[in-house]
Amino acid sequence: MGRTRIPLPALAVSSVVLVTTALAFVFFVAPNDQTLGFSQRIFYFHVSIAFAAYACFICGAWQALRHLWKRDPRADLASYVCVHQGLIFGTMVLITGSIWAKVAWGRWWIWSEDELVLFLVLYLFYCAYFMLRFSIDPGPQRANLSAVYALFGVVLIPVSFSAIRLAKAYFHPQVFTLHGPNFGGWILVTYCIAQVAMLVLAYTLYRLEIGGKRLDVRLRRLREALA
Amino acid sequence: MSTTEKYVTAAYCVVFALVLVYVLILSLKLQRLEREVDELAGRVPDEDAAEAPQEPARVG
Repeated sequence: MGRTRIPLPALAVSSVVLVTTALAFVFFVAPNDQTLGFSQRIFYFHVSIAFAAYACFICGAWQALRHLWKRDPRADLASYVCVHQGLIFGTMVLITGSIWAKVAWGRWWIWSEDELVLFLVLYLFYCAYFMLRFSIDPGPQRANLSAVYALFGVVLIPVSFSAIRLAKAYFHPQVFTLHGPNFGGWILVTYCIAQVAMLVLAYTLYRLEIGGKRLDVRLRRLREALA
Repeated sequence: MSTTEKYVTAAYCVVFALVLVYVLILSLKLQRLEREVDELAGRVPDEDAAEAPQEPARVG
């Protein structure tokens, strides 16, 4: 039985509508935070993008596992695209986080803060994924090594997530505690909309990129067959 | 506009710009693929194309 997939145009429209709604809520509905003031508004996209990046890396690991376990030929490409997406969202996390740090702490980056350094380690780990992947010729060996690497990387995600609790000298807001979200009211509503928007955007971009990559592979095979 | 407001706006603009650049790169790549499809279609003789109508390539 074939899976029913949401058409790409519908996903694209949903992404635009959700991101626009999230922006409207961020700037016109959500109240100013009592501690951080107006600068807290970066939080809505910064945290949502961070969770979207984690989701991409987890999906990359899941596809890598499928490749190693079931030898699904489509899983290697899917894993690669997920990691690529994760890295793009990771770049956005680092930039928005850095801007927020400048406003809240007065500095772009603080090396003594574990939560910042651990996210950078996670980011650089996945940057190295591409160095590994493109240093090997295409084929089963490249797919296997990339899959093992992507699978190992997922271990860093809970470390990076819990690192926020390691904040020492500087206050880093904690979104979730053991008792649930650390905020309520319009802040929670705005955050939820932003989170859904970022996840839908990530999925839309994933579908767009993997569609192009699969088409590229099919074209290459066709060209080889015609040669 | 205060300095804080400028920084917040900058953060959102960076996110928007990055997504836009990424979508532009993807669209350029899809245009290249379309050109390659046209090039390959040009190599196939016309009578074959008439016998087997082509399905549009699915993206996504």
